[in-house]
Amino acid sequence: MKRKSLLIMLIAILVLTSVLAGCNNATTGGDDTPDVIKLGVIGPLTGDYSMYGTSVEEGAKLAAEEINANGGINGTLIEIIAYDSKGDGTEAVNAYNRLRDQDGIVGLVGGTFSGETLAIKEIAIEDGMPILSPTATNLNVTLNAPNVFRACYIDPYQGASAAIFSVENLGAQTAAVLFNTEDPYSEGLAVAFRDKFSEKGTITNYEGYTRNDMDFRSVLTIIQAQNPDVLFIPDYTAKVGIILDQVKEMGIDVVCIGGDGWDGIELDYAEVAEGHFFVNHYAKTDPNPMVQNFIAAYEARWNKTPNALAALGYDATFIMVKAIEAAGSTDYAAVVEALAKTDTEAVTGHITFDENGDPQKSISVIQVVNGDHVLVDLVGGN
Amino acid sequence: MVLFLQQFINGLSVGSIYAVIALGYTMVYGIIRLINFAHGEIMMMGAYFAFITVLASGMPFYVVLIVSMVLAAILGITVETLAYRPLRKAPRISALITAIGMSLFLQNLALVIFKPEPKIMPPIIPRMPVFIGPLRIGTVTIVTIVLSIVFMVLLDFFVKKTKPGKAMRAVSEDKEASVLMGINVNRTISITFAIGSALGALGGVLYSVSYTQVFPTMGVMPGLKAFVAAVLGGIGIIPGAMLGGFVIGMVETLTKAYISSQLSDAIVFGLLIVVLLFKPTGILGKNEKEKV
Repeated sequence: MKRKSLLIMLIAILVLTSVLAGCNNATTGGDDTPDVIKLGVIGPLTGDYSMYGTSVEEGAKLAAEEINANGGINGTLIEIIAYDSKGDGTEAVNAYNRLRDQDGIVGLVGGTFSGETLAIKEIAIEDGMPILSPTATNLNVTLNAPNVFRACYIDPYQGASAAIFSVENLGAQTAAVLFNTEDPYSEGLAVAFRDKFSEKGTITNYEGYTRNDMDFRSVLTIIQAQNPDVLFIPDYTAKVGIILDQVKEMGIDVVCIGGDGWDGIELDYAEVAEGHFFVNHYAKTDPNPMVQNFIAAYEARWNKTPNALAALGYDATFIMVKAIEAAGSTDYAAVVEALAKTDTEAVTGHITFDENGDPQKSISVIQVVNGDHVLVDLVGGN
Repeated sequence: MVLFLQQFINGLSVGSIYAVIALGYTMVYGIIRLINFAHGEIMMMGAYFAFITVLASGMPFYVVLIVSMVLAAILGITVETLAYRPLRKAPRISALITAIGMSLFLQNLALVIFKPEPKIMPPIIPRMPVFIGPLRIGTVTIVTIVLSIVFMVLLDFFVKKTKPGKAMRAVSEDKEASVLMGINVNRTISITFAIGSALGALGGVLYSVSYTQVFPTMGVMPGLKAFVAAVLGGIGIIPGAMLGGFVIGMVETLTKAYISSQLSDAIVFGLLIVVLLFKPTGILGKNEKEKV
C-alpha cells in the first residue's frame, strides 16, 4: 500500500515537472511574442549594500516605465522583476534560477556586484541568456562569455584612471593604497592603481584589511608615518566612510581618492569626505541635457537624486530593450547578437561594446565640495 | 619609538572597549555561573538607544551616554527577570541555551524595528587630532580610553567598598550562605545584570561613536572578542576581564601594525587557545579545588 502511494506520487511529480518545463519553453524560447517582455534585475536590496541594488532597480524601473509610456516594444510592454541577492553569490544564483525558470525573463539587467555576476556567469553561458550587467566592474565578468555584457567600465581602467589623475592633475609623487582583501572589486582597483602609479611615482604602502575590520587606526598610523601625497581607498561608502572618519580624526594630511564605490558618500559622510576625489560613471553636475533630463525624471519618480548605479541601471535597461527591438524576437541568441552591435548615446556616455562585451566610454573625476559633486575632469575612452 | 607608542595607544583604545564589554560577561558569570550570550546584543541595543537619543534630542555626548546606560540597565534587568530567573534551578545548559536564544531574539528584534541598513551615528564627539608631545591622538580615542578607565575605577570602588558590592561578592562566593546572612539574592543578581548591561551600553556607545555606524549585528564580533577577553583573563574575575580586554585589543592592533591585518583575528583566537592550554582558568584565574 505504502509503495503504491509512493509510486503514484512519483508519477504525479514527473507529470507536473514536465508540464512546468513545457510552460517554460513556451514563455522563454521561440519566436511567438509573449504579452509582456520580462527583464530580470539582481542586486542587494537589503543589508549593508542595499542602496546599490535598490538604485539599479529604480533606474531600471524608471527606464521601463518610460519605454512603456511610449508604447513598449512594438506594443508589447516591459516588466522589470527584481530579486534580492543580499550581495551574496549563492543568493544571486538562486535569484537567477528563479528569474529564468519561474518568470521566464528574456534578458538580465544584472547582477549589481561583480561577485554575484561572476557567480551567475557560468550557468548563464550555458543558457545563452543575454546578460547586461549595469555595474559589475570586475575584469573577469565578460571574459570568455559571448552573452555577457556590461554597461560600466572595468576595474583596471578605473584604478588606472585614478592613478593617472593623481599624477597628472594632483601632481602626486607618492601614494598609499588601502583595500579590502576579501572583495575582488576592491582588490582589482588596488592592483590597477598600484601598477599604473608606480610607473610615474612611488607606492609607499600597500595595505589590505578584511571585511569585518572596523578599526583602521593602526594601519593609518603606519601610512601616516610614510606621509604619502595621496591615499587610494577603493571600497564602498559604508567602509570608506569609517576610514575617512578616522583619517580626519587622526588629522592625516592626505588627499584621498576612490572609485565608483564612493558614489553617494556625500549622503552620510559629507563632512569627512570633503575635498577628496573619486572616479565615477557620470557626474550629477554634467550639463549634458540627456543627463539633466534623466536626473529630473528620476527625482520626480523616486523623490531622490540618482546615483551612478541608478544611471547605469537606467542605461542598461534601455540598451537591452533596444537590442530586443533590433533583434525583432525574444530569442536569446538573436538578442545577444543585437546587443553586440549596440552603438548608442546614454546617460553615462556614448556606448559601444568591444569584443569582450566591455563598453568604450569616458570616465568622470569628481570632487566632493560642500557636500556636493563637482565634475573636475572627464577622461576620454580607452 | 614614537610609532610604537602611537600604536600602543591605538591598542589601548580598542582594548578598553573590549574590556568594558568583557566586564559584563565576567560579572554575570561570577554571580550565577551563566555565560550571557545576549550581552553583545545588549551592547548593540545600547548603541541604538544612544543613536535614538541623539536624533531625538541632540543632547551632548555625556547626557546621551547616561541615558543609554540607564535604558540598557533596565533592559538587562528585564532580560534577567523574564528569561533567566525562571531557570535559576534548572540545569546550567538550559540557561546557556536560553541565553543564545535571547541573543538571537534581540538581534532579530533590532532587525525588525531598525531595519538591517547601518545607521550613521552623528559625530557627537568632534573629530580632531590632539598633540601630546610627539604623539598625535584623536579625540574619540582619548574619550574612549578615559571613559573606560573611569568606569572601571568606579566599578572597582563599588564592588569593594559599597554594601551592594559586598553582597555581590558574597553571592558569587556562596549563594546559600549569603541567603542565611540576610542578603536578598534576587536583588543582588538584578543589580549585577544592571551594572553589566550599563557597561555593555558604554561599550556600545563608544564603539558606535568610534566607528560611526549602528546596525543590528554590530554586537556579534565585539561580543565574541569580549567573551574571549573575559575567558583569557579568567572568567568570573573582574580585574581579569579588564586585563583580558586590554591584552586582546593590544594583540589585535599590534598584529595589524607589524604583521598583517588578515592575521589579526587568527592570532587573537590562537592566543586564547595557547593560554587555555597552559592555564585553563585564565591569566588571573586560581585553581579551584574540587569539593568532595
